[in-house]
Amino acid sequence: MDLFEYQARDLFAKHDVPVLAGEVIDTPEAAREVTERLGGRAVVKAQVKVGGRGKAGGVKLASDPADAVAKAEAILGMDIKGHTVHKVMLAQTADIVDEYYVSFLLDRTNRTFLAMASVEGGVDIEEVAATKPEALAKVAVDAVDGVTEAKAREIVEAAKFPAEIADQVVAALQKLWDVFVKEDALLVEVNPLVKTGDGRIVALDGKVSLDANAEFRQPDHAALEDKAAADPLEAAAKAKNLNYVKLDGQVGIIGNGAGLVMSTLDVVAYAGEKHSGVKPANFLDIGGGASAEVMANGLEIILGDPDVRSVFVNVFGGITSCDAVANGIVQALELLKSKGEEVNKPLVVRLDGNNAELGRKILTDAAHPLVQQVDTMDGAADKAAELAAAK
Amino acid sequence: MAIFLTKESKVIVQGMTGSEGQKHTRRMLASGTNIVGGVNPRKAGTTVDFDGTEVPVFGGVKEAIEATGADVTVIFVPEKFTKSAVIEAIDAEIPLAVVITEGIAVHDTAEFWAYAGKKGNKTRIVGPNCPGLITPGQSNAGIIPADITNSGRIGLVSKSGTLTYQMMYELRDLGFSTCVGIGGDPIIGTTHIDALKAFEADPDTDLIVMIGEIGGDAEERAADFIKANVTKPVVGYVAGFTAPEGKTMGHAGAIVSGSSGTAQAKKEALEAAGVKVGKTPSETARLAREVLAG
Repeated sequence: MDLFEYQARDLFAKHDVPVLAGEVIDTPEAAREVTERLGGRAVVKAQVKVGGRGKAGGVKLASDPADAVAKAEAILGMDIKGHTVHKVMLAQTADIVDEYYVSFLLDRTNRTFLAMASVEGGVDIEEVAATKPEALAKVAVDAVDGVTEAKAREIVEAAKFPAEIADQVVAALQKLWDVFVKEDALLVEVNPLVKTGDGRIVALDGKVSLDANAEFRQPDHAALEDKAAADPLEAAAKAKNLNYVKLDGQVGIIGNGAGLVMSTLDVVAYAGEKHSGVKPANFLDIGGGASAEVMANGLEIILGDPDVRSVFVNVFGGITSCDAVANGIVQALELLKSKGEEVNKPLVVRLDGNNAELGRKILTDAAHPLVQQVDTMDGAADKAAELAAAK
Repeated sequence: MAIFLTKESKVIVQGMTGSEGQKHTRRMLASGTNIVGGVNPRKAGTTVDFDGTEVPVFGGVKEAIEATGADVTVIFVPEKFTKSAVIEAIDAEIPLAVVITEGIAVHDTAEFWAYAGKKGNKTRIVGPNCPGLITPGQSNAGIIPADITNSGRIGLVSKSGTLTYQMMYELRDLGFSTCVGIGGDPIIGTTHIDALKAFEADPDTDLIVMIGEIGGDAEERAADFIKANVTKPVVGYVAGFTAPEGKTMGHAGAIVSGSSGTAQAKKEALEAAGVKVGKTPSETARLAREVLAG
């Protein structure tokens, strides 16, 4: 989960990383009072989860409270690379002397963590990495040892931070490591980390990404979710604990296991090339050992998607037993009918593996007019694409 | 022969007394696995009955090894306790630890992986968030269904559980030496490369099928390894060609970020290393048949 800048700022403050005072608002009028609190001047910053907002006009200096209201009004509602600005952060102004870059992230290739640092901050760091790689220091961080003072000093030396601020950067790095570990982050990035006119080191802008798998020990993280931005179907699926991603096609997909479902999306997209270019409408993994209830929940979400014109249920029963899947399909259709919802989308079902014959028999016996079975994954994908194209 | 797991393997189960642990211990026993014990500190000294087979419960991994000579542990403990379970297995220096548990925080995996390194990598870790491995007809350490196929001469290594089953099913008439599900998390213990190396050295494996998916660069690195070190034919499949950027596809590691981690890049890297790559599971199976038929 990627956080907004203001949420990252709050987490930094919680772990004693030096930051400037700032508050987030969602109406222009609120800017007046906040700016007064911040000393009469403020930087008005669009809160969007995309880079390049400065260039797009999403960051403005306000010279007094009335100006802050005007600037907030101009920025709220702005579209930045397809992201609508719903909130702005008003931050204390800073006298910036120099800009640096520091981050901690997961290094998948080396199966460890990585610190990156540069004295050339404030710009796009990917560009620094591409054009001037020697200016971006990369230091591996052992997951057991973490960022000790010695490790922080190694990072500071590798990036050639000026001597007069070295101690402050060492301290800031250790605090940022606290954010990284204690908040179960996958990325903690500060760009820029600045030196102010009075010689202080401050994290001016930050990006934090959190690990959703750590929710069991991070009860506070659920509140950081941007519920307004979530797709309504994704939100409904999440509420039912389903692993669902909305896509932009017309063939609804349900399968078991992330790999098989991803593969199903591909096979449907290939089949769609022959059928008016129809594409998969979603990713939905009902997981291992799914019960009839899980299957029914999944089907209800997919059938509720107005973009869906046909549905492909692709299950290879490993732990999941196909009779449970078949019962889930039958129950879901009955449930929707009893709720008075009209189901008129055809379902193509392919069942193989654990109890496949029993599952197929249940569907055959139910003889629902909208359900048809196809033996192979390729054949079923083709049928589902054909039905979606014909609608 | 086979790799990592044979009929000689003595298997213990950490979390055997939990519901998942019990269900899968029963299945592993039914498929012929030599399960010599379970681990649960609160139930040490008791036994669990699996359809007439009494399996003793030990207080710890070390104790279980001392009593039984176990050399494989399969870990089913809940995600909150997985890190300490794996660290216990590493401390006991058990040669193979298979971590089935899904939903483990990346910081926990990073920590037990780093810890294994500090202890000299005496324990091979498979997983986490994986279906485990099966050497058909000999032993089954994990949750892969044993009735899909039999022993044969194809080696399989896969990031995905259900695609492992699908591929075993597609090639069920030919059979497999060993099938290894390595998992799709951002950090995993045993990699494609580790399995490729072992299959290359295994006299019972003639052909290797490798299944990858979007995210990371493991397939690209496996391609480099194949080019330099693998003489046996390799057939590949990569899932996620149509996955959009920035959306996690089920597995925590399955995400395309910018231009990196795409299925197309992985396919191209593998093909450049001489691997025949199928567009779908069925085409991949067909390629494997063609290669084996010469």
